[in-house]
Amino acid sequence: MNTALSWIKAYVPELECTAQEYTDKMTLTGTKVEGFEKLDADLDKIVVGQIKKIERHPDADKLVICQVDIGTETVQIVTGAPNVYEGMKTPVCLDGGRVAGGHDGSRTPGGIKIKKGKLRGVESCGMMCSIEELGSSKDCYPDAPEDGIYDMGADAVVGADAIEALGLRDVVFEYEITSNRVDCYSVLGIAREAAATFKKPFVPPLVKAVGNDEDVNTMIEIEVRDEELCPRYCARMVKNIKLAPSPEWMQRRLAASGIRPINNIVDITNYVMEEYGQPMHAYDYDKLAGHRIVVRRADEGEIFQTLDGQERKLDSSVLMICDGEKAVGIAGIMGGENSKITDDVKTMLFEAACFDGTNIRLSAKKVGLRTDASGKFEKGLDPYNAEAAINRACQLIEELGAGEVVGGLADVFPKKPERRKLPFEPDKYNKLLGTDISREDMLAYFEQIELKYDKADNMIEIPSFRQDLLRSCDMAEEVARFYGYDRIPVTLPKGESTFGKLSFKLTVEEIARNVAQFCGFSQSMNYSFESPKVFEKLLIPQDSPLRQTVTILNPLGQDFSIMRTQTLNGMLSSLATNFNRKNKNVRLYELGNIYLPKSLPLTELPDERSRFTLGMYGDGDFFSLKGVVEEFLEKAGLFERIVYDPTDKKPYLHPGRQADIVYDGEKIGFLGEIHPEVADNYGIGERVYYADIDMASVVSRANFDKKYKEIARFPASTRDISLVADKNLMIGTMEAAIIKRGGKLLESCNLFDIYEGEQVGADKKSVAFSLVFRANDRTLSDTEINEVMDKILAELAGLGAMLRQ
Amino acid sequence: MKEKLQAIREKALARIAESDSLDKLNEIRVAYLGKKGELTEVLKGMKEVSPEDRPKIGAMVNDAREAIEQKIEEIKNKLASAAREAKLKKEVIDVSLPAKKNLVGHSHPNTVALEEVEKIFIGMGYEVVEGPDVEYDYYNFEALNIPANHPAKDEQDTFYVTDKIVLRTQTSSTQVREMEKGRLPIRMIAPGRVFRSDEVDATHSPSFHQVEGLVIDKNITFADLKGTLDVFAKQLFGSKTKVKFRPHHFPFTEPSAEMDVSCFKCGGKGCRFCKNSGWIEILGCGMVHPHVLEMSGIDPEEYTGFAFGMGLERIALLKYEIDDMRLLYENDIRFLGQF
Repeated sequence: MNTALSWIKAYVPELECTAQEYTDKMTLTGTKVEGFEKLDADLDKIVVGQIKKIERHPDADKLVICQVDIGTETVQIVTGAPNVYEGMKTPVCLDGGRVAGGHDGSRTPGGIKIKKGKLRGVESCGMMCSIEELGSSKDCYPDAPEDGIYDMGADAVVGADAIEALGLRDVVFEYEITSNRVDCYSVLGIAREAAATFKKPFVPPLVKAVGNDEDVNTMIEIEVRDEELCPRYCARMVKNIKLAPSPEWMQRRLAASGIRPINNIVDITNYVMEEYGQPMHAYDYDKLAGHRIVVRRADEGEIFQTLDGQERKLDSSVLMICDGEKAVGIAGIMGGENSKITDDVKTMLFEAACFDGTNIRLSAKKVGLRTDASGKFEKGLDPYNAEAAINRACQLIEELGAGEVVGGLADVFPKKPERRKLPFEPDKYNKLLGTDISREDMLAYFEQIELKYDKADNMIEIPSFRQDLLRSCDMAEEVARFYGYDRIPVTLPKGESTFGKLSFKLTVEEIARNVAQFCGFSQSMNYSFESPKVFEKLLIPQDSPLRQTVTILNPLGQDFSIMRTQTLNGMLSSLATNFNRKNKNVRLYELGNIYLPKSLPLTELPDERSRFTLGMYGDGDFFSLKGVVEEFLEKAGLFERIVYDPTDKKPYLHPGRQADIVYDGEKIGFLGEIHPEVADNYGIGERVYYADIDMASVVSRANFDKKYKEIARFPASTRDISLVADKNLMIGTMEAAIIKRGGKLLESCNLFDIYEGEQVGADKKSVAFSLVFRANDRTLSDTEINEVMDKILAELAGLGAMLRQ
Repeated sequence: MKEKLQAIREKALARIAESDSLDKLNEIRVAYLGKKGELTEVLKGMKEVSPEDRPKIGAMVNDAREAIEQKIEEIKNKLASAAREAKLKKEVIDVSLPAKKNLVGHSHPNTVALEEVEKIFIGMGYEVVEGPDVEYDYYNFEALNIPANHPAKDEQDTFYVTDKIVLRTQTSSTQVREMEKGRLPIRMIAPGRVFRSDEVDATHSPSFHQVEGLVIDKNITFADLKGTLDVFAKQLFGSKTKVKFRPHHFPFTEPSAEMDVSCFKCGGKGCRFCKNSGWIEILGCGMVHPHVLEMSGIDPEEYTGFAFGMGLERIALLKYEIDDMRLLYENDIRFLGQF
């Protein structure tokens, strides 16, 4: 909301402060000033001058030489303006002064300096200005010529400050009003806050009863069929309308608020909407069939043409304003083409109503039309304000001679809301704030904002425009605002001490991050939502459960429409970005959620599972990645043997280079090389390795208890064995057999050679392990070791792995 | 005899002094002190010496042996140290050659910022907890005093999954989940991902992170809120940081405030970074609304509390002077490598 300071000052006449002081203080009492523009910031030495004499320029057809009276003297000014005449009063920027920009409306930061000089050989001591050169526009000054200097009219005082005379000694403030302060979406509301902030009297306009002897109620009949959606409907009438421009002061204030002045009737409507925050609508009385107003819900599928000429399709949730026969407006949003005010209007009906805010908001959305009026109504207006506003508008109509106001008020207001009262609880306010503010001070703050204290029952009466004040904490905020948030002491919570820590899950995630980073992986973050097209890119079949997704009803677009069920797409996309940018040896990890619906359609929250994802290309291979996985599991306290099961063929991985990571018999993740076709789909021209670990499976097993194990005191015995086995027999299977039979005495089993070739025969391989035996209480004898070795070799033989001869 | 000994001794010492290798020294040792060495030979000829002279000659022989041995040792040490010197000279390296580094990965700037925030609050006794990203409308809105059709729902540009399930628009939903557990007092922060329907640009993202804070206990005051966040700001942005609380409105707190910190770039004088105001908006906060406490089963007459929420990306962007939010989700290692 933008408002000129002069308008605020009209109701707080004693307000004196700089624009910066105003900004700071208002912000600290809760009316946030977002910024301000000083209209005269780039204007200097500009006075009202009067052209006394005009002569042709001897050397230029388009220039004239003017003798201009600037009050103290007469100066010569050469101008190209086409609209000069002798006797014209116009703004004159004197030698050494500044204007804001060019007459094409362009602005120059800091303004343009005007200096005495010669124009085609003729001396010119200043510049006569167009409204654009003064930093404004024809929108704000509708009487300005299309091309030429501004004519200030016969009443302007020669020699006076033209900036002041044009109303440009003003500052326009932009406010950010919070949604609870409906009353502050109005000049009066802000002025009331300004008065309280600066502790100056608040002087709202005095609204007098106006109107002739007639009674509007004999001329119009109003019927409200839906009191819920329209708690109040006020109407007044104006006869003998005389359309004319509104006075300059009104035009200036509207322009500063960003509203283009049009004519007296429209301007008054807009003026009062700004001033009171109450939108109003004017109907051509002669076009209202039966001189009736009926407020009802639209029929299902009803078509209505709004005054912007558009046809709108409605349903029964939309409230309509109708006459005796037809709809004439969508309540609170926009009037109809069929009843709009035209230049030949004679009599009009003024409407100031109160509509249900939520309904207006939803209707505006449904109809696809959000207007200034609906923007105000949807906040939920004070029904008591409607009457004040319409009377104010009629008073202005009378004062400005825009028409003859008919006496009386047509008013449908069946349920008058009761005035709320809240107990005055100074101790409670202080206890919540941690302050020691006196009750007298509190009452003084309240009085400034029209909260009346009734000593008899110790109650505060809440004015109807403060619909946000409902309980003690709201009152405490009012006290705090005017006491000053900055004066409230700074303390730390006392009471029971608590133990600060990360949750267990976050602790395990921290370990994952540390291991990944030590191993060269940097942390990536990807969006939680993605495109359903990723399944094709990842070669995921139609019937895969991964395609069962949580789908967003109102996504930003298809690319962000489903919640991810895997982290692979994000990882590959990030690796592809790096590959495209020629980054070498890229290693990334991510700790992020996937979202698995428990059932579709969704009736409960999906299963959110945190995944630890690693992806890499460049140096390293499958086994480098496998090493990172094992480092992590060990650091998380998962010391059991991990089984790598290659049987579940994932379509996005290389068919011969992938495995499920099995721990305790449960699949806790998988790793592998990305299928070359998938890598191609992402445009990555290198082998990509990928691992994906389900954090919940790790967290449930993680254990950080440490127990010291004695460092071996007795010597170890090493036996190396060389085996010949079927080429397809997995090393892991052989290791498992050795460990199984090695029992307690086997300390470690290390693979040190694999050989395939003619010497061992086709379809065979030779494998060599080094087995270390040790006991912690004695030196092992050969016999003991041989016994174990025999068991191991027998087990291996069972797998077809024979000792090499 | 005497003369002979003297001659042997002198010759030997001279030869030792001239030696330039350990081999030669060894040769000399054998030539004089060995089984068939010259000195040994002298001892063997002792029987020809008169008995009264024997001790004298014996002493002279020992003397000569000692002198030779000493000299050998001396020259040996000299040779060894010369050899070591030579070796060290040969082994000079160019220390300015490139280092051989292990490839170490980097944290995402969001995480770097979050860890700083977490450390500060853990130190003040806060537990770090999490809540779900996909959340019931109830926890995200209703239980936070934002009932159906409340305009704030529109303001937040919510992504809906069903009419009852949303992508959470604020981590404040975690407040409710913690309060419902019924374990008091509460001191928690809840970092997490939130979602709003904003198109991607330099300052917006449809998915970003917040950190929520909540304290519920007896006698918690607005002054406590100010004190806690003052400590936080000084820890995060430096001890000279000043804070400013401005009245604001949130449906789930009353009184509410926004907190600005003095610009850490210019110290509050005003610069391009703080748009010449000297202040930077950091977070929203307030006293937990009694109705919110009631809905979660906490008696507002007995307990009060405060809550605050901040945008993690905002802090990361400000602290590390990152000028485009999109960088955070591109995952270019040249970017990540800087944190």
